[in-house]
Amino acid sequence: MAVIDEVTSAGTTSEGVYVAPGQPGSVVDVKPRYENFIGGHWVAPAKGQYMHNISPVTGHAFTEVARSTPEDVELALDAAHAAEDAWGESSLAERAAVLNAIADAIEANLTMLAVAESWENGKPVRETLAADIPLAVDHFRYFAGATRSLEGRSSEIDKDTVAYHFHEPLGVVGQIIPFNFPLLMAAWKIAPALAAGNCTVVKPASPTPWSILKLAEVIQDIVPPGVINIVTGPGGEIGKALASSPRIAKIGFTGETTTGRLIMQYAAENLIPSTVELGGKSPNIFFADVMDEDDEFLDKAIEGLVLYAFNKGEVCTCPSRALIQESIYDRFMERCLDRIGRITQGNPLDPTTMLGAQNSAQQLEKIAGYVDIGRQEGAEVLIGGERTGLDGDLSDGYYYEPTVLKGHNDMRVFQEEIFGPVLAVTTFTDEADALKIANDTLYGLGAGVWTRNGNLAYRMGRAIKAGRVWTNCYHLYPAGAAFGGYKISGVGRENHQMMLEHYSQTKNLLVSYSTKPLGFF
Amino acid sequence: MTTGDPGVGDATVDERSGVARVVATPSALEAIDHVIAERGPIMFFQSGGCCDGSMPMCFADGEFVIGSHDVRLGEVGGCPFYIDGRQFKVWRHTQLILDVGIGEPEGFSLAAGVDRHFIIRSRVFTMAEQAILEGT
Repeated sequence: MAVIDEVTSAGTTSEGVYVAPGQPGSVVDVKPRYENFIGGHWVAPAKGQYMHNISPVTGHAFTEVARSTPEDVELALDAAHAAEDAWGESSLAERAAVLNAIADAIEANLTMLAVAESWENGKPVRETLAADIPLAVDHFRYFAGATRSLEGRSSEIDKDTVAYHFHEPLGVVGQIIPFNFPLLMAAWKIAPALAAGNCTVVKPASPTPWSILKLAEVIQDIVPPGVINIVTGPGGEIGKALASSPRIAKIGFTGETTTGRLIMQYAAENLIPSTVELGGKSPNIFFADVMDEDDEFLDKAIEGLVLYAFNKGEVCTCPSRALIQESIYDRFMERCLDRIGRITQGNPLDPTTMLGAQNSAQQLEKIAGYVDIGRQEGAEVLIGGERTGLDGDLSDGYYYEPTVLKGHNDMRVFQEEIFGPVLAVTTFTDEADALKIANDTLYGLGAGVWTRNGNLAYRMGRAIKAGRVWTNCYHLYPAGAAFGGYKISGVGRENHQMMLEHYSQTKNLLVSYSTKPLGFF
Repeated sequence: MTTGDPGVGDATVDERSGVARVVATPSALEAIDHVIAERGPIMFFQSGGCCDGSMPMCFADGEFVIGSHDVRLGEVGGCPFYIDGRQFKVWRHTQLILDVGIGEPEGFSLAAGVDRHFIIRSRVFTMAEQAILEGT
């Protein structure tokens, strides 16, 4: 997280705010129009249609991207299949070298991509500089290393018979990226697919197609043509065309449950594997002993609660349900609300901004709708609860106040992912009560446990039905820590070398070194 | 209807009282007519979770395979409207109001016209309505 200090001051105003992409002095160039990235080239969409791309910072369009159709998906699949054999047969050293070169290129363009990502998504540039882009760099390096350690196994079935197991690439895969971390989630998907020797066709989320095209500009001369292909456009047209194509060997998806089911349905039709990561409603549990001392750890725990506002709450693992032990509720929440009240919201390109813009008008209206239903259900608004009115260029952007609703776990605001800076808070009496509330949800992606008691932390961590339980921390996403869901939060894992298995076939050579016939015939 | 495990085909509108689990605004009905005229019959499925959760997904009729634990909430503009049975259990105290918002749809949903998408607003049922719907 020390990257902020090293970032160049170029491209900022005298107040230290990054100049908006495309404006004179900005570190980010913006072309009036972007085509698809196919076979290492920029290819105009077959039907010649383009769509506006809006920055949530201003609510206004700043460029155009291809509004692709299924023909463009076919072109991308053609390019990927043309590259499939050569990339699949490349040595592990060659693949690792390409992944490391991608990482180096992203790192060399860290500020540019961080500003582009902030402009594209609305997230604060302090997050993209310190988290999104450095994590993407590290992810490619992690899988460059992981691929070098890839080993098959052999077993001696009997003295003269040996079973060899080789990893073989699946071939061409389809990958659909969400809007909340357009570059980091792309890295999470692309790096293991390439490391395992696959070529990919990537479909970015409809609201965030542009920053990944800036990434493509950075790596286009590094990656062999056709290994990475990017097609932009509406999910209902090209997302479906890609996911249902008989020309892909696997589909990877991050998004909501209905599309997740549809993806698995298409995969079933083609009898191919899928990995789906589908969101959550993560409990963040604070036991009374966090307040035993007024120290650095308590300060960390308070920040741990306020992390619901990280990336404006647009995180699948947003700690959006805070469960606080009854005996400390008043004192602890007072400290937390004070911290929340000091969140600075504004221009995401200002490095002092903590809370940026929601990704789209759709997100903003959804959040407002949830707060409305929370009020109808009887939840108490402890802070926030309204759209944030900002001035000037930001007046049409999608800003919402950091909000806390107090209520009970049966309310819809406790049961459904809001994907905004809205925390639902309730109390529990003891360990059993905390566990019951924590697991009383359809989802099981993430959870947080805060306590000074290691035994309690361990028991809770093992008993919570979620794929990741952050213990005395939250929102850390290091490469090498497996990430994925229990229950309806998805199927499969990401962010770990086990992904190489998810993106490989197992080839078994069963070899007899005996000359003797079986004797049956 | 019963309060047991919901399943496809559950009666979700009380015919005598007219309490519906899902209704549509005039703009939504107009958009539905427009989409049907352009693309043929459609269906809705209420999504949940993550980026585009809580959005009503609009598909060509039959595109999304309805499972044995999904619940048919009713019809809007002559089109069936479904929800996952597990999600229904925690949403059943609220009425869903289909409407239209500005902007492209997300996920694999069909648009509700040019630069328009379907959205859901919600209303908590009154105690009297809940009593009718839950048969208590």
